[in-house]
Amino acid sequence: MTEPSGGDERIALVLQGIDKRYGATQALRSASLRVRAGTVHALLGENGAGKSTLMRIAYGMERPDAGAIAVHGAKVRLNSPANAIALGIGMVHQHFTLVPVMTVAENVALGGHGMLDLSRTISELHELSARTGFSLDPEVQVERLSVAAQQRVEIAKALMRRARLLVLDEPTAVLPPSESTELLRWLRSFADQGNAVVLITHKLGEALSIADDVTVLRRGRTVLVVAGKDATAAALTDAMLGAASAGEQVGKTPATDRVESRASSRIPVFRAEQATLADTSGMVRVRDASFVIGAGEIVGVAGVEGGGQRELLRALAGRLPVVTGVLERPDMVGFVPEDRHRDAVLLDRPLVENVALRGAGTRRGLIEWNTIGARTESLMRTFDVRAPGPRAPIRTLSGGNQQKLVLARELDADDMTSTAAIVVENPTRGLDVRATAEVHARLRAARDAGAAVVLYSSDIDEVLLLASRVLVVYAGTVREAPIDRDVVGRLMLGAETHAER
Amino acid sequence: MPNAERRVDRMSAAMREAYRELAVVAAVVVAIGGAAALLLLAMGFPIAGGLTALWTGSFGSWYVFTSASLVRAVPLMLTGAAVALAFRGGVLNIGGEGQLLVGAAAAAAVALAMPSATVTVPLVIAAALLAAALGGALWASVAAYLRARYGVLEVISTIMLNFVALHLVSYLVRGPLQEPTHVYPQSATIVDALHLPRLPGAGRLHSGFVVALTVAVAAGWMLRRTAAGFRLVAAGENPAAATSAGGIDVRVTTARVFLLSGALAGLAGGVEVLGVTFALYENISPGYGYTAIAVALLARLDPWRVVATAVLFGALEAGAGAMQRDAGVPSTLVSVIEAALILAVVATQSFRSRRQRPDVGEHVQPVDA
Repeated sequence: MTEPSGGDERIALVLQGIDKRYGATQALRSASLRVRAGTVHALLGENGAGKSTLMRIAYGMERPDAGAIAVHGAKVRLNSPANAIALGIGMVHQHFTLVPVMTVAENVALGGHGMLDLSRTISELHELSARTGFSLDPEVQVERLSVAAQQRVEIAKALMRRARLLVLDEPTAVLPPSESTELLRWLRSFADQGNAVVLITHKLGEALSIADDVTVLRRGRTVLVVAGKDATAAALTDAMLGAASAGEQVGKTPATDRVESRASSRIPVFRAEQATLADTSGMVRVRDASFVIGAGEIVGVAGVEGGGQRELLRALAGRLPVVTGVLERPDMVGFVPEDRHRDAVLLDRPLVENVALRGAGTRRGLIEWNTIGARTESLMRTFDVRAPGPRAPIRTLSGGNQQKLVLARELDADDMTSTAAIVVENPTRGLDVRATAEVHARLRAARDAGAAVVLYSSDIDEVLLLASRVLVVYAGTVREAPIDRDVVGRLMLGAETHAER
Repeated sequence: MPNAERRVDRMSAAMREAYRELAVVAAVVVAIGGAAALLLLAMGFPIAGGLTALWTGSFGSWYVFTSASLVRAVPLMLTGAAVALAFRGGVLNIGGEGQLLVGAAAAAAVALAMPSATVTVPLVIAAALLAAALGGALWASVAAYLRARYGVLEVISTIMLNFVALHLVSYLVRGPLQEPTHVYPQSATIVDALHLPRLPGAGRLHSGFVVALTVAVAAGWMLRRTAAGFRLVAAGENPAAATSAGGIDVRVTTARVFLLSGALAGLAGGVEVLGVTFALYENISPGYGYTAIAVALLARLDPWRVVATAVLFGALEAGAGAMQRDAGVPSTLVSVIEAALILAVVATQSFRSRRQRPDVGEHVQPVDA
């Protein structure tokens, strides 16, 4: 595919044969990337394909286990982002690194060296705006800016350090459509001035519309390098998902295990009609969603980062209000959030208190600790939670056991009724193989007992393994898909599919 | 089998708890004795004489213990419980001193305004104490509102309000509440009938001690047994999880504990006015609201333990006075001892928690054994 890194200056960045391993996970296997100066290069791949890891290596944030890096034709070693910045590489992360109370100019000046000369920074920013058509007021406080403008500040930071290669990680995931178009147009003109842009994305449309070159990663390998004008949605999808359309099957669960039945024949537990949801900052994340989730089924939710599934799950769990439309749901819905340390447990409190946490908002009078203690012990037995005892702080448990306790609490296994409902988000993140299998078994058992289970996982295979159908969220629209890796994958990427409808 | 297991679990937990307490008590004793001896040595005072004065002035006799130590322990117990509740609920209320002063002013105002002959005495006392609690809560509500509405850090706002309260009292005792002759910057003396009755056989110790004891016990009981207390703990421990997993309205919970904390500190002021000073003046509190933070921290934010630590600090302050009087040792020495105490206890605690925390990261989890 690509030559070993030569001395060609017109190649802005070459990554060759990059290996990277985190513990048991091989994140990158001899991955490569070749970015020509004057082009926009789209880096595509599913969640966990290794896109971000590869670019973190290019920015000096991670060191590769093996492989070579060349910038503008010169072979380099990147030990830190400072090295990368000195070589003219700039990176815009998905989560901004700005100080909200400081002005734009102050934020830009933060990365500088030596004396602080704000007035110079301000005039340089004005000059930058004029030169690049970049609208930014250097003297306004960052916290008063829109997300799009904050992103421009991040880009400005890179440009002020003379970046000639810009890496943007999912830049449009946080932007409304009009702002996305604006950003892409600007990136195009930046590249046309002889600079290079690497656009990490999982949106096919974006890659096809703007990229001069496309590189696709799958499971840590570079599987496709193609010129933008020669790329087709079908070819890119196939590369990202593997040759699923050529007959690769999920194959982890025999089809007979799935009770194939239409949602309409079940007792509806959740029902959404034209529901529109916004995140906590008021930005609309899901538009006009309509679906039914019945008792006794596991419905998967799939979507790429920022697609709106986070808000969908929280609305189903009753943690986020509906903006417009209807969302019917049971009063008590169990919820297992992905960040359990932040959102699900009191780390330094005993197991008993963590069990008591559910429903604490509406409890009155005295707490019968003996009753809850007995309940905790029974949950620990039923869910095989290994702990020193019900009075031990939950911090002393392993991640798997913490998660089992949260799951037990939220499933409310003692008084399971036919309308029981639970929403789980990345329920096995960070768990080992055995704990993962146990969590899966619990979810299946809950389904068999008649619960409506909503499962989101950023690992699409986990969704396919457990669910009987999938709600795919893409850029705010919710569409239903059967258990078919290819169809789900295409919908997640925003591509149309033959199997739709 | 499970029963036996459970019993072993409970026993070893109790043993561990006992060791923990023992470690803290040991740290306290070593810190007090060691720090006092070292300081006396460094300052060139006879060690034996100083320590003897410290002892006789605090625990030396029943009369000294009740009249000096326990009398000082009363406001410390109330403000200590106030701080413990607030800190447990995630509210860093440093404003106990200001809330105490406003409570004292409110109680004095009520007691002076109501002629004792017209209504029955217990009702007036109750009204004065209620006014004290409300005054403290009102003072805390300013900081609570600023935090809820504008996200103003309560550490800053409450400490600022302490100074405002001090100036408020200063104005009151030179203006509306000044004694009839308008000579001294203090209020008139509250009539004897409205003084909190003394406890029989306990020297100058007044019934405010019973109030403080009841409040501390009730506060600890609330934390341990009531749904509201558990909400407070959960909101303080992890607001995100309290909201998401517990369905707790953290803003409401936080505001409530803030007001409750202010009320208890205000009550301390009322009890002090009706039980000890019988008048309002500027120096009514030798910094009880600040010492309360040490009292609460030493008690590891448990109102029940606050009872013990308040008595300890009351005794230290009483002993300090005696040391100054009898051995000529500056009473600031005791402030240094108090600081050393806090450091010693904080050190033992952080040592413990560091050993407890498993060093296992989420992503390198060993297979569950």
